[in-house]
Amino acid sequence: MFYREAGKLVGSFGKDRRMLPLLEDRWLAVLFVAFMYFVVTALASDYMFTAILIPIMVLGVATLGLNIAVGYTGQLSLGTAGFMCFGAFSAFNLILRIDWMTIPLAFFLSGMIAGGVGIIFGLPSLRIKGFYLIVSTLAAQFFAEWVFNAYPWFLNYTSSGVVSLPMHHYRVFPGQENTPFNAAFWHSSQGRYLVTLTVTILLVLACKNLVRSNTGRNWMAVRDMDIAAKVIGIPVAKTKLMAFFISTFYCGVAGAMYCYCYIGNLDFMIFNLRRSFLVMFMVIVGGLGSILGSFLGAIFVYAWPIVITRGSDFIFGGGAIDTAFIENNSKIVVGTIIIVLLIREPGGFAALWASSKQKLRVWPFAQ
Amino acid sequence: MDYAFFIEVLVGGLLSGIMYSLVAIGFVLIYKSSGVFNFAQGTMLLLAALTFVSLTERMVNFWVAFAITLMIMVVLGIIIERTVMRPLANQSLLSLFMATVGLNYFLEGLAQGVWDSAVHGVNLGISNDPIFLIDKFPEMGLDIIVSYFDMAAAGIAGLMILGLSLFFTFTRTGLSLRAVSDDHLAAMAVGIPLSRIWAIVWAVTGVICLIAGLLWGDRVSVSFTLTSAVLKGLPVILIGGLTSIPGAIVGGLIIGASEKLGEIYVAEWIGGQGIEHWWAYTTALLFLMVRPTGIFGEKEIERV
Repeated sequence: MFYREAGKLVGSFGKDRRMLPLLEDRWLAVLFVAFMYFVVTALASDYMFTAILIPIMVLGVATLGLNIAVGYTGQLSLGTAGFMCFGAFSAFNLILRIDWMTIPLAFFLSGMIAGGVGIIFGLPSLRIKGFYLIVSTLAAQFFAEWVFNAYPWFLNYTSSGVVSLPMHHYRVFPGQENTPFNAAFWHSSQGRYLVTLTVTILLVLACKNLVRSNTGRNWMAVRDMDIAAKVIGIPVAKTKLMAFFISTFYCGVAGAMYCYCYIGNLDFMIFNLRRSFLVMFMVIVGGLGSILGSFLGAIFVYAWPIVITRGSDFIFGGGAIDTAFIENNSKIVVGTIIIVLLIREPGGFAALWASSKQKLRVWPFAQ
Repeated sequence: MDYAFFIEVLVGGLLSGIMYSLVAIGFVLIYKSSGVFNFAQGTMLLLAALTFVSLTERMVNFWVAFAITLMIMVVLGIIIERTVMRPLANQSLLSLFMATVGLNYFLEGLAQGVWDSAVHGVNLGISNDPIFLIDKFPEMGLDIIVSYFDMAAAGIAGLMILGLSLFFTFTRTGLSLRAVSDDHLAAMAVGIPLSRIWAIVWAVTGVICLIAGLLWGDRVSVSFTLTSAVLKGLPVILIGGLTSIPGAIVGGLIIGASEKLGEIYVAEWIGGQGIEHWWAYTTALLFLMVRPTGIFGEKEIERV
């Protein structure tokens, strides 16, 4: 960077331990948030909101959740989409069945419910380690896919298996759902974008603080070596379950947002194993144990197929090429990129970012 | 409870479990020798079966097609080892796992891009007739039906396992393979060429994938759904232990039996069909709670 830590002295421990120690970083963060809230909201197109910004933020939150389990605590999980499914269905049923339920509260509670499910499926982690643990989260994944299909109550007995979420579900205050402002707000992609953005920022701040707190340090100790962590007195069982709870809380909220803010309907088919792997890719590509990486990974993995499709449309003319051909090629390209990235930069984009920052810091004096 | 019916379900389950074991053996081979949890197994199955079917559909003789596919799978195994696994040596297990997931995407696109994504039938000439056991062996007194195809598949699996264990026990390569799986560093120290061993393992896995892919293809047709075979193989190897070939067999039998029994006897009172996916994983979970590294898995001794 063109600014450095050198010469910036702090006068108290509180200032030393703040989230962003550098004044310039703090300003950049504020500017970025302001940019996202005001400039993007005012200028971006509908396509930008609904097809790019909202899904990336939603998937970013899910990635962050998975990163807490895999990257920070070292507990392999392949059930992300299943936990998102629990979150989405919880939000739907809470709002459907409780009159005074509001969207923010429903998002929070659906996260809590998914978190509870996460604790149950995290319990085996106390005994099973390493790859053997994927059995537990895969069980969660397939259980979610099955249970919401087998019990139509969860879908309010809709025969088609897909519920489109009615407008009166979108209420920020009870009884306010039919006001013109509320309807206009939720109908517009800007409104949904602002909600997603706010939730995402809150969750990122919470996560950032969690990982530098006692809890986060315990997670990392357990990740690095759980026996050693136990020896120095860290409650391993509690730490692991906590990690599963928070991780699935994030996934649950992401699932609720996926339905309410992104696609606008509820369908258990979209929360399949493939999506779990997609989120896993986002974690790996972005960088294990990095908050920024979670979002960089989400952007990259989500945007690549779009870039490939659009690029081939642009080069060869839209519709001239068989969609199956494009799909197969994009699979090949994505697979290759993942392998190359793993070989070249195992730390993912977060490591690339850190090393380029370091290069800028010493530039032009050293290479 | 209908006793004969129970036996019939059980036997059907055990035999279909052998099909799962077929997939699982490939997994175990790779994990044992290189510590890689190969998620691309299912897609390799698809690639092999699809190549074979597409060749026979283009009027290539059965055995010629088999030989060509065999060669392609062996070459593919060697290429995978060269380009993906070797540069990633000494990376974390998770990176290696994710690399195979990337490989999975790549092969999926490749298989369907080179051939097509239509549903193909494959006929190996094994009859699919049911056998009425009471007609063949009246002295056993069991009035149950067994699928001839499943019996044949079990036989092929048995032959394959026999071949593999002979290969491991009596050849020089097999001996080096066992050495490598025991301890990479020690094996290298006594002069075993690690990368060549890995290439052999990937090639052998390619061959296993071809055989398993054809059997699965005959049973459920060759199409994209074949890749989900990997999901059937996962609980199997986890129950058996990631490093044990006998474990893959025993795990397959357990999962197969539990799946069929669960589908028949449990599904109705918890709300309908289709439980087999999570049922298999829950069974695996129960076994792992008792033995955290599977039935035959190596117990890791951890030191601080």
